[in-house]
Order: sequence, then C-alpha cells, then structure tokens
Amino acid sequence: MKSLLQRYSVQLFLVTLGGIITYLAYQEAIGLYFLSVMMFMGVNIILSTSLNLVNGNMGEFSCGHAGFMCVGAYVSSILGVLLFSKDKIFGAPLLDPGLAVYLFPLVIIAGGIAAALAGLLVAIPSFKTRGDYLAIITIAANYIIISLVENLGVIGGSRGFMGMKKVINAMRDTVDLPWMVIWVFIFTVFTIWLLRRYNTSTFGKGVSAICQDEVAAEIMSVNTNKMKAITFMLSSGLAGVAGGLFAYIIGYVNPGSFNILKSTEVLVMVYLGGMASLSGAVMSAMFFTILLEVLRPLQIWKWVIIPLILIIVMQFRPEGIMGNRELSDVFPWMKRFYRFK
Amino acid sequence: MQTNNTIEESVPVLEISDMTQRFGGLTAIADFSVSLGSNSMAGLIGPNGAGKTTAFNLVSGFYQPTEGEILICGKPTAGLKPHKVTALGVARTFQNIRLWNQMTVLDNIRVAQHGKLEYGFFQAVLRTGEYFQCEERIEKEARELLEIFELDKYVDEFPTNLPYGLQRKLEIVRALSEKPKLLLLDEPAAGLNSADIQELIRLIRWIHETFDVTIWLIEHHMDVMMELCDDIKVIDFGQTIAEGNAEHVRNHPAVISAYLGDDNI
Repeated sequence: MKSLLQRYSVQLFLVTLGGIITYLAYQEAIGLYFLSVMMFMGVNIILSTSLNLVNGNMGEFSCGHAGFMCVGAYVSSILGVLLFSKDKIFGAPLLDPGLAVYLFPLVIIAGGIAAALAGLLVAIPSFKTRGDYLAIITIAANYIIISLVENLGVIGGSRGFMGMKKVINAMRDTVDLPWMVIWVFIFTVFTIWLLRRYNTSTFGKGVSAICQDEVAAEIMSVNTNKMKAITFMLSSGLAGVAGGLFAYIIGYVNPGSFNILKSTEVLVMVYLGGMASLSGAVMSAMFFTILLEVLRPLQIWKWVIIPLILIIVMQFRPEGIMGNRELSDVFPWMKRFYRFK
Repeated sequence: MQTNNTIEESVPVLEISDMTQRFGGLTAIADFSVSLGSNSMAGLIGPNGAGKTTAFNLVSGFYQPTEGEILICGKPTAGLKPHKVTALGVARTFQNIRLWNQMTVLDNIRVAQHGKLEYGFFQAVLRTGEYFQCEERIEKEARELLEIFELDKYVDEFPTNLPYGLQRKLEIVRALSEKPKLLLLDEPAAGLNSADIQELIRLIRWIHETFDVTIWLIEHHMDVMMELCDDIKVIDFGQTIAEGNAEHVRNHPAVISAYLGDDNI
C-alpha cells in the first residue's frame, strides 16, 4: 500500500489540489481578484519554466519571449472567436458554441503550435550565432511580431482584439464550471510535466551539453542544430500556450501587453529562480506574481522596488534562489520518497 | 568477424589525400597525405603552430578542407557536419579538456551516445517502451565502460572534482564510448606529471590492444611518441617535413632544424 501511495503521491496531490481550487472557485469561496492572481501565477509559471529551458538549460540569452506569447495569444483568441462566437468582423460562429467546452484545449494548443513555428524565427539564426548576437536577434523577433500585429487592421491593430469572454461564456453555458481555472491549472501541470521529462532524458540532456561545451557536444554526436531547433520551438510553443491562456483570462489582448517589458518580466523570474532549475523557475514565478500584487499600492514605484530586489539578489546570490539545483537536491528525502521515472 | 576483418584491412580507416587548408592568406596545412590501416597507431608531431590540431579539426569535420579529400573507412567526409563524421566512426579528445563540467561522470558518457539514441522528442516525453529500453541499455553500457577504466567510483561525481589525470582519462573514455574506428588524441599528456605520463602510455597501449581501434596521436612529449608510435609524421608550417619510425624522425636534419633551428647562424 505504501509503495502505491509513493508511486501516485504526486498525481494524488495534483488532483486534490486541482479539485480543491476548482471547488472553491465554483462555490465562489475565492474572490474574483484572488482567482485571477492564481491564474496569472499559472501563466507566469509556464512562461518562466519555458524561458528557463532556453536561458538556463541551453545557455542562450533569449529576451523576446513575450513575442511568442503574443503569437499564441492572438492565434488562439482569433481561432476561438472565429469558431465559437458571433463577431462583427468574422460573422457567425463556424461551429456550434456548445462545442467550445470540448475544443478549447485544442484552440490553446493551436496557439502554441503557431508560436512554435514563430520560434523558428530565432531557432534558425541560432545555428550560426550565439551569445549577445542571438540576444539581439530575439529582441528583433519580439519587435517584428509586435509590429506585425499592430499593423494588421483586421484583428484590431494596436487597439487590440476582444470577444474571448463570449467563448468563455459559451463554455459556461454548456457546462457550468470555472473553466479557465481548470485549464490554467491543467496546462501549468502539463508544462512542468513536459519539461521535466524532456530535461531528464538523455535526449534532452543534449541541451545541457550544448550549454556547457557546444564544440564537445557536436563532436560527441549531438546534432546541435536539431537540438537547438527543438528546444527553441518547445520553449516558444509553451510561451504561446501561456499567451493563449492569458488572452482568455483577461478577455482582451493588445500588442502593447507583449512588448519588451513583458519579456523582461519573464527574464527576471528566470534569473531570480536560478538558471537551469525547473523548481526554481516555478517558485520564483509564484513569488514574483505575489510580489507584483503586494506592491500594487505603490503603483509606478513598484518598478523601482522590483529591479532593486533583482540587484540585491544578483549581488548576494548571483546564481538565483535555487542555483542550478532542483528542490529534490535541496531536500534529499524527496528523492527517496518520490521515485520519479 | 573473420571475413569482416579481411575486408577492413584492405580499406584504410583513415585516408587523407593532398589535403590543404587555407585561412585567408595563411596556409595552415598543405598537401597533407596520410593513410592509416586498421588497428594501427600513428603519431603527428611538430612545433607550436605547425598545423597539427588543424589536421585533427579537418578530420573530425570542424573545417572543410580547401583542397583534397578525407576518407573514413572509404567514405568521404566532404560536406558532413561533425556529428555525422562521428557517426562514421571518428572520436577525439581535445588539447584543453572539454568535458561537460556541470554533468555527472555518468551523464558525460550517456550524452555522448546522443547520436545513437533510438528515440526522439516524443518518445522521450511520453516515456514509451523504446525510451526505457534505450536508456537502460545506454546506462548499462556506460557503467560497464566506466568500470573497465576503474572510474566507476566517480559515477555521480562532477568532472571538475576529479584530479587532472582522471579528467584526461575520462575524456578518452568518453571518446571510446562512441565505439570509434579511429580515435584522435590531441596531446593527451599535456599538463601531466611524469608518473601520470607513464600511466597514460600504459593506458593508450592497453586501449590499442583491447579495443579494435586505430589511434592517431598528437603529442609534444617525445618519450610518449617514441614508446607508442612506429609511424610518425612531422609537420612544420603546414608542410610535411619528415616521416618514419621514431629513430629515423629523431635524427632527421629537417626535424632538428625545425625544433632547434639551423646551426649555420
């Protein structure tokens, strides 16, 4: 019995946690404000863990993560509105709005796939360049994506795009559950699950080999170009998923919310948590989301306090909260109890 | 195996014909030719900047030669990326040790099997049967290899924590884990003390006897060269200046003048 509990303890914990959150949200025991903070926490976890894959595990410096988030947000928003709701531009819904409940995850994943393809914008230059030069390319990619959206009048240009609330309402009309909470939770768990498995396989460790010595990696039979392409696409694809969720939580997207400031925010989360540490990225995303909310009364001054915290962390703990260690390295009992495969 | 051997013996493991490499106006290596038969051991020496490492970089696919051709077991390497050349059966070590220092010793060997993985991204993420089979096999082979070289007590150690001599050894083991037909050793004795060097000589000789591998060696320590190789090539400023056994090379006037200068100053 004990071994069964050991084997399924993580799953059991997650299902219980998800269940409790969903139940509380359904009973409206958690206020709308706290609920949205929790959902942003999920989005931030996806963003920071996916950027950590490139900046931490692969050792490149990508600072255009919000650009890929933007692609995912727009693609899944437009697709959702096009398929399931009546819109003044796109006209009548193509499908029965009752199907929205079932097809919603596919809409989000479609946004992720589109963002992964946009990731090639950075992946292909990374075959030849690295370091500072690649960082500049990622900034350029962010600007290209933002400008493209700003100048597409059909989807609202810089005024933004909305109508996602109708899709959510259509989902609630079919089955009355707090759907966004459920999907943010599921996609957050999915992201961590995916990245954990990728990072711990010998296949995925090729990424760390590229980070630590690219020449040795190539010589020791790692197809570095292929690994870079997969890693960049995985990272930007997950950013796209986060973007899609973000768009549906707020119910409104505009290109201004995916500018370089947003990218920087994600970078701060990654560096705060520690490079190449998945649990560090998760914890710092949670911490950072709470910090943003706690400091909200300070208004614009929070953008003085937060960078200051970053300066202090970099001064006294340059490797971030976790360094490159995982939670199970800090607490060895976890390794004994959870036999991860 | 017997029939295989006879075929392999007819085709040299490494055949370089008239290889030239120019970097802008500098000719790093000129008209270089060599032919290494299977299971042989050969050396390459020369003063600093002679083009020895360039030759290794050309063979392992880092550069494409400006002229000439490289054949590994009869297969041309032209246009192949280094990891493809490795798949043809070439493995190498580096002058300055290039281990992955934030990975355990075991992972260093495991990741070196990347080109032979039988699963891809989706199998890794879904943890299919192929994934577990392949990972299990790789880990078993890596542990066995480390045990053969008496590195098994360091499996969970990071390479930076190992003494310098063991780091050198680990790099050679990592190259061997590729199961190469041709092993390129770039100054394996660099930075070792004389006791370590004797150990290294024994190690290389033992590898050569035990594994079916052709070894090509760059070395500055003449005693290593003299003990191990019966076929030595000397290059200076990219030109081949002498070739032959240790005794012949040591007494060759061109070699003496390359290392010590001419006597008619």
